[in-house]
Amino acid sequence: MLKTFRGGVHLSDRKEATCHKAIEYSDGCDVHTLYLQQHIGAPLTPCVKRGDHVNYCQKIADSEAYVSVPLHSSVSGTVLAVEDRLNPMGQMASAIIIENDYKFTTDPSIAPYPHVDRMKQEEILKAIREAGIVGMGGAGFPTHVKLSPGKERPIDYLIINGAECEPYLTSDHRVMIEKNEDVLYGSHALMRLLNLNDVYIGIENNKRDAIDVLRSVSSQYKGIHIVPLKTKYPQGSEKQIIYAVCGRKVPPGKLPADIGVLVTNIDTVTQISYALKTGKPLVKRVVTVAGDAVKEAKNLMVPLGMSFEEVFRAAGGFVSPPSKIINGGPMMGFGQFSTDVCVTKGTSALLALTQKEAMFFNETPCINCGRCVEACPMRLMPNILRRAAGERDYETCKKYHILDCFSCGTCSYICPARRHLSQYIRDAKQTIQAQEKAQKAKQQEGGK
Amino acid sequence: MSKQTKLTVSASPHIVSPVTTSSIMFDVIIALLPACFGGVYFFGFRSAVLILCSVLFCVLAEAVYNKLTKKPQTVGDLSAVVTGILLALNVPVTLPIWMLAVGCLFAIIIVKQLFGGLGCNFVNPALAGRAFMLASWAGAMTTFVKPFADISLFFPAADTVSTATPLATLKLGSVEGLSIVSAFFGNTGGCIGETSALLILAGAAYLLIKKVISWRIPVCYLATFALLTFLFGKSQFDWNYTLLSLLTGGLLFGAFFMATDYTTTPSTPRGKLIFGIGCGILTFVIRRFGGYPEGVSYSILLMNVAAPLIEKATVPKVFGEVRAK
Repeated sequence: MLKTFRGGVHLSDRKEATCHKAIEYSDGCDVHTLYLQQHIGAPLTPCVKRGDHVNYCQKIADSEAYVSVPLHSSVSGTVLAVEDRLNPMGQMASAIIIENDYKFTTDPSIAPYPHVDRMKQEEILKAIREAGIVGMGGAGFPTHVKLSPGKERPIDYLIINGAECEPYLTSDHRVMIEKNEDVLYGSHALMRLLNLNDVYIGIENNKRDAIDVLRSVSSQYKGIHIVPLKTKYPQGSEKQIIYAVCGRKVPPGKLPADIGVLVTNIDTVTQISYALKTGKPLVKRVVTVAGDAVKEAKNLMVPLGMSFEEVFRAAGGFVSPPSKIINGGPMMGFGQFSTDVCVTKGTSALLALTQKEAMFFNETPCINCGRCVEACPMRLMPNILRRAAGERDYETCKKYHILDCFSCGTCSYICPARRHLSQYIRDAKQTIQAQEKAQKAKQQEGGK
Repeated sequence: MSKQTKLTVSASPHIVSPVTTSSIMFDVIIALLPACFGGVYFFGFRSAVLILCSVLFCVLAEAVYNKLTKKPQTVGDLSAVVTGILLALNVPVTLPIWMLAVGCLFAIIIVKQLFGGLGCNFVNPALAGRAFMLASWAGAMTTFVKPFADISLFFPAADTVSTATPLATLKLGSVEGLSIVSAFFGNTGGCIGETSALLILAGAAYLLIKKVISWRIPVCYLATFALLTFLFGKSQFDWNYTLLSLLTGGLLFGAFFMATDYTTTPSTPRGKLIFGIGCGILTFVIRRFGGYPEGVSYSILLMNVAAPLIEKATVPKVFGEVRAK
């Protein structure tokens, strides 16, 4: 029996187009746009200005705040502007725009670190922060913060998340095969950092080749375990993979660290390894470019800040007009209204879907079939939540634990009546969170 | 990208499962076909006429209602077709067609559409329609003929000799003259679609394999009923009697096709278990102590009414939650 969680849904994974193709490397495009906010936390201040020449890997923005990571130039060239640009979330955000001279002159400050076994724990943490590393799964939480949960929350279980359960996506899959040495070295570094003897790499069973490759090389290091997981969505969700791998449940409103577990994405681990080995920061990432509208679906290693338009051009452009462009996977990714936005640290995939692949449906009446209730990985009742959300009955929403929903989209996917369950629930959840925040602020004000 | 290309922007998820409401209804129709053919085989050509008329009446009723009330047309979801078939399979072959038509109208207009259409009715339309007909024309609804009797299309009641159903015999606590084999294959008196356990189980297997229904309600229903009958039935600790009680009447048909209606049953997994057990208890009580040999329809209808309460009481525990006692 393969390890897994209860609930969830079997999706057609649509990974065939890219999962056997080696990663291709891109030199980027003429102009790169690097958004200042690519992480969760304090905003950065640019340390370059218009007209400056910047080197490849040179730090171009930083902050004094603890919950933040610096940003580095992904190309060498001239700073054209520091101004607001459209970001993949549909907002205007400040960005540093750099003209690429395609020379990739590496900054002279870049030097490799010694082997992790000879580094102190603080040095490893500092190296991770200085490399600008954030969670590569998309959330973008600064990794050095996650890796130091504090003395009151000792970590005794480390999980590397290689589930990659979203359809189409194969970037983690290819990284595990082609950069297996980095996966292991990075895992080893984390074990050393957290004083652990074991690390568990959870991989969905549809990536047999990755499991085999990692198993065959993992003997070089002590304590690295490969855990095959059942192929089921959302296996890669933090709480679900924790339960599948070690059988622990994260209580509602708590963090994995509260039960002594830490989960990092597989690509975060390879970026850590790369940063330690070469001294180079996070300036490029693997992006799966796929979907039926794309000519040559592939995995592309792109320098950060390359525009979506250029990434699609590097994949041969479109064979048919795309009906939807998605930043991320089809279950949790963000629909884009323009390709004039750029790759960030969290861009795991760019999908161009045809009308047939991404139909938009109108809702029909709920027939109370209970599929959403059976499939919800958090065991919520999306049918009731949707009804309450539609009526703006936020009390009922809270009573039915709306705040435990993490918007995996399983309910909307499986609903035969095409109800927009996940969408309504997310909307109500955001409203409730905003209300609670406002209430808290009010209380604090009153307390003064 | 050319400027003319229009991109759809919507919230995630961007893909959906191929299963839709109408594909589910279509699966139910397929699952009902064996019982339909069984009805035609045992009770003759008139069964086919009744089934087709019933479907026609139901679909027409829904279509005309939507037209008159200027609501979006919903007959495409095929739920009216399912109601039509279910209703026809639950009447005796000798029922006059006009009575069936009134039953269809009641089921679709009063029970389903007036409450808001698909998904809003609080009892199963087909069962409510049947209960309505039974209350209105008790004689016509309980006149059963032997299989392979020659029944005239237009004046069915004139030239038939009615027969006692196995249930009436079992009611007396006797198994005399009853054969498990004929009950299993369907060679006994009864409603058009309920006599053959084999054909009902074939349809049920299809629904279970296609994951249209879960095992919870039917298994709990049948197991509870069988256990109670074995322990406390008219003929106690009698395997033969228990098995015959399971196979005869509308029990199997009700358990797999009526008690599994989504709208009128709880959506929670534990709620489904309770719903099935409740149906089993009620059916046993009605059959054992009531004045009426059959009890399936009323048991399910009663449990339908209780479904929202059961659902509320069986909200699943959130993943990771430790519920305070």
